[in-house]
Amino acid sequence: MTANNLLPINCEILAITKTTAIENLYRVRFPHVDKVHNGQFLQLSVPGFGECAISITDFSVEEQWLEFLIRKVGLVTNQIFNLNVGDYLPMRGPYGKGFQIANYEGKHLAIVAGGSGLAPVRSLIKHFHANPQDLKSFELLLGFKDTDNVIFKSEIAEWEKQFPVIVTVDNPSGAPDEKTGLVTQYVSGLKTIKQDMNSVEVVIVGPPRMMEFTAKEFIKNGVPPEKIWVSFERRMSCAVGKCGHCRIDEVYVCLEGPVFNYAATAHLFD
Amino acid sequence: MGLQLTNAQFNQVLARLSAKYAIYAPKNFPLEGRYSDTDMVRYDGITQVEDIVFERKSDMSAKEIVTPINETIMFFFNGQVQESKIPQKEILIFARACDINGFKRLDDIFLRNSETPDYYYQRRRNKIKFIAIECPSQGWDTCFCVSTQTNDTSDYALAVKSTGESLKIEIKDQEFAEYFADFAQNSTCQYQYQPVLENELKLTLPVINSQEVLTRLKNHPMWKEYNRRCVMCGSCTVNCPTCSCFTTYDVKFATDSETGAGERRRMAASCHVDGFTDMAGGHTFRTSAAERMRFKALHKVHDHKQRFGDNMCVGCGRCDDRCPEHISFSSMIQKMHTAVEQIKQELNHDSK
Ligand SMILES: Cc1cc2nc3c(=O)[nH]c(=O)nc-3n(C[C@H](O)[C@H](O)[C@H](O)COP(=O)(O)OP(=O)(O)OC[C@H]3O[C@@H](n4cnc5c(N)ncnc54)[C@H](O)[C@@H]3O)c2cc1C
Ligand code: SF4
Ligand code: SF4
Ligand code: FES
Repeated sequence: MTANNLLPINCEILAITKTTAIENLYRVRFPHVDKVHNGQFLQLSVPGFGECAISITDFSVEEQWLEFLIRKVGLVTNQIFNLNVGDYLPMRGPYGKGFQIANYEGKHLAIVAGGSGLAPVRSLIKHFHANPQDLKSFELLLGFKDTDNVIFKSEIAEWEKQFPVIVTVDNPSGAPDEKTGLVTQYVSGLKTIKQDMNSVEVVIVGPPRMMEFTAKEFIKNGVPPEKIWVSFERRMSCAVGKCGHCRIDEVYVCLEGPVFNYAATAHLFD
Repeated sequence: MGLQLTNAQFNQVLARLSAKYAIYAPKNFPLEGRYSDTDMVRYDGITQVEDIVFERKSDMSAKEIVTPINETIMFFFNGQVQESKIPQKEILIFARACDINGFKRLDDIFLRNSETPDYYYQRRRNKIKFIAIECPSQGWDTCFCVSTQTNDTSDYALAVKSTGESLKIEIKDQEFAEYFADFAQNSTCQYQYQPVLENELKLTLPVINSQEVLTRLKNHPMWKEYNRRCVMCGSCTVNCPTCSCFTTYDVKFATDSETGAGERRRMAASCHVDGFTDMAGGHTFRTSAAERMRFKALHKVHDHKQRFGDNMCVGCGRCDDRCPEHISFSSMIQKMHTAVEQIKQELNHDSK
């Protein structure tokens, strides 16, 4: 008999930072950080209310913590917003296949994120920000609804000092130098697409439609589908390949994803 | 070599077995049937042969014993969590070949779909042994287990065939011989479990041999008819021995909010029913009855096989028996087969 891996473990909340009107950043102590990969997720619980899947937005193996950017949208996330520093947030995981660092090393990498899609790629960005020598070049293209919804502003400012970052908003605020419009408009201007395609990798994370249109735009600009990586969002309940909610054809997003190679998912059909 | 025992004699065996085993079999529940004045046959604990329904196929499958429609999996109290407990007894299930083969499909999902088996499924599954019930020579009118190659099984400890007043018994697992020791001398007969070798319904399953064929089948107009017919109630999936989807949810005991007492449960879920794929931000997949039917049907005769090697559907016909709209899955299989052959011809034609 295997152990019961569905029981959540109590994790102490170390810090809470308000990020936008409906999003908070939570840092929690987590004993198994050594098992964590960029882009994975955990099942967070509020006992009596339920569980929900939340991506790891950053982690530290030395200091044994994980960070989550949580959007307040309903039953469980509302309850998480009632918790304070020092309270316990029970959780289980990590789950899913994340981003393989080695896959991007020595390459020209472009990461495109839409809205809170920045959360699951933040630790990957921070990794290469701290290890710039591991990439040939690095570019970031970030899209948000409006200036109020730009998350991780101060970190973006730090990243900009080291590599090109384009931030665009759907609804202009009127500020000078502001870039507006969808991320797709900026794809053809990226330097990454002018490189030798053998050494290019592109990561796209955001709402389903944004990923679809952005991937198509890269393909139009000559990037082969095998060089594009996306993170799927699907309804999940168990996160361990049993409940069936996340299945598409013969693929279980919670097991084989959420990060997929775009070419490998082209045939999937909901 | 077999045994033939009167029902009264077999009841003595059941009494002895019940010291070690919880015994489940299809049982009649008067007036609980699908239509007015009909009975429902579903699985329940039994103590005597007279409780067991042999002459009808059960409406519900045996999966409920291992994956109940609703199950508490853990309790919360004072910041602590404790898993739910189950009875210590071993489990014996009287089941037909389709149901026993159905468990193989549940095993695929719950035990083999990732590195870690499902704890809650496994803890009951490990306790189970089957008593195979021999079916009438062709099964029933909605059965197509021969077409799905799930008509036979060797996964049983005992097999039985009812003659009404008595039971013919095959003892396959010799651990069970001791329970029959009293009768071993005087009650022998020639009996060995016989599978159904031919059904009235004979189907050809679609052979989907390429990605292109699959994509064209998904986009085929055949699915549209279900937009008018299927009411997305999910009855077919609740009854299916191989449908295994569930949703996890919590319950809080309102009177005890100070201690945070509550529990976490699993409830059967269905890909036919609204909400199955809903996500934050209003995103959802497969909103129409046709898309949901296509998703389920291809899981049964294609997707599961791609992943695990066996088709999921075991041809028990229960979905047909239970559908309030009289939608027939066997006809749907036939339509898929016709559509696939047509698609292959088109592709052949295109490539010339
Ligand atoms: C792999 C993965 C990673 C995610 N990462 C993050 C993250 O980093 N930050 C974040 O804020 N959110 C993330 N989500 C979404 C998050 O899981 C849902 O917002 C959350 O489950 C809503 O739960 P709730 O009880 O608060 O809302 P509910 O009251 O349950 O529902 C509110 C809305 O959320 C939908 N929903 C419910 N459960 C899920 C679910 N499991 N997945 C998606 N939608 C659901 C409902 O259908 C409804 O539309 C992620 C989801 C997945 C699958
Ligand atoms: S799909 Fe229908 S016939 Fe096939 S196993 Fe399920 S209930 Fe039985
Ligand atoms: S096929 Fe029939 S039983 Fe199944 S969801 Fe549709 S109406 Fe309900
Ligand atoms: S979330 Fe349950 S199977 Fe993927």
